[in-house]
Amino acid sequence: MIKRIFIFLILALMAMIFFNLATNYSENTELSRLGHYYVETGPEELGAPNLVTAVVVTYRGLDTLGEVTVLFISAAGVGLLLRRTRRKDDDEDLEQGDRAEETAGTHKPASEIVETATELLLPMVILFGIYVFLNGHLSPGGGFQGGAIIASGTMFLLLALPESHISRLMIAIIESLSGFSYVIVGVLGVIMAGGFLDNRIMDLGTYGSLFSAGAIPLIYVFVGLKVGFELSAVLDRFRKEDTGPL
Amino acid sequence: MSIPVITLLTIILCAGILISGLLAVTLDNMLSAVISAGLASLFASVVYVVLAAPDVAMTEASIGSGLTTMIFLYAIRKTQGGD
Repeated sequence: MIKRIFIFLILALMAMIFFNLATNYSENTELSRLGHYYVETGPEELGAPNLVTAVVVTYRGLDTLGEVTVLFISAAGVGLLLRRTRRKDDDEDLEQGDRAEETAGTHKPASEIVETATELLLPMVILFGIYVFLNGHLSPGGGFQGGAIIASGTMFLLLALPESHISRLMIAIIESLSGFSYVIVGVLGVIMAGGFLDNRIMDLGTYGSLFSAGAIPLIYVFVGLKVGFELSAVLDRFRKEDTGPL
Repeated sequence: MSIPVITLLTIILCAGILISGLLAVTLDNMLSAVISAGLASLFASVVYVVLAAPDVAMTEASIGSGLTTMIFLYAIRKTQGGD
């Protein structure tokens, strides 16, 4: 009974907070001073037509690095939790048993429609992901979005061909290399330009072309690869448990 | 008296988010609950497009309704559909 009263009390408090938020809401008619600064100086200072990208990658670049780190930690946590611990002596028997079980049809083959559609769509999905992160400074999207689209391509692959094998070693190498290069680009910004993750270490180029806005496309390629491969690794870990060291 | 189309669309989509969110919480069948949670994300991503935030919409559509649903499905299979 006391528990019930407690729950109702908490609900009432939440309702009060949201009621206050809803009744005191008024739409901003003009930009704040910081927003005004971004809009005024952002495009000419950084050369990126997509202002969201300019803020996410450069002005608030450290936050993006934090987000990438959070994703990395969660992927590592999934890898740690879904690891199968087994004893050394019955290792071989178990492995043979597993193989037999797996080929005997723990995975049902996908239907004809799913397989054919995947064959058609998979290259386009991956290409679209790459397009999204390469054009992050020009059009909506960026490293995270492109990486997530590539990971949905992996999802297609795993749905259509449940037996397919994804090389853990390749994922680990590409992921660590791109994460490392991202930080290196950030540190180069400290040495050669105004601060950590400053994009003006490279030529700003012509406004609006593909290779412009300094290091933003480079940073987004690294972020996109890292996010895409990390999410693919998470999916692959969830798919099956027999995870070796890599 | 005439309501703008965009407002009407937003109201319908928000109702969709609410309904599928409630379904996700109340449904007993795990599979249906996961699907309706993904549906809530899908409605939310369309709302983001209407509110002129395509960057957020892309993330919501691919992660919220795609990858998360998939991971939940794998997790259900791993736990044999138990609660």
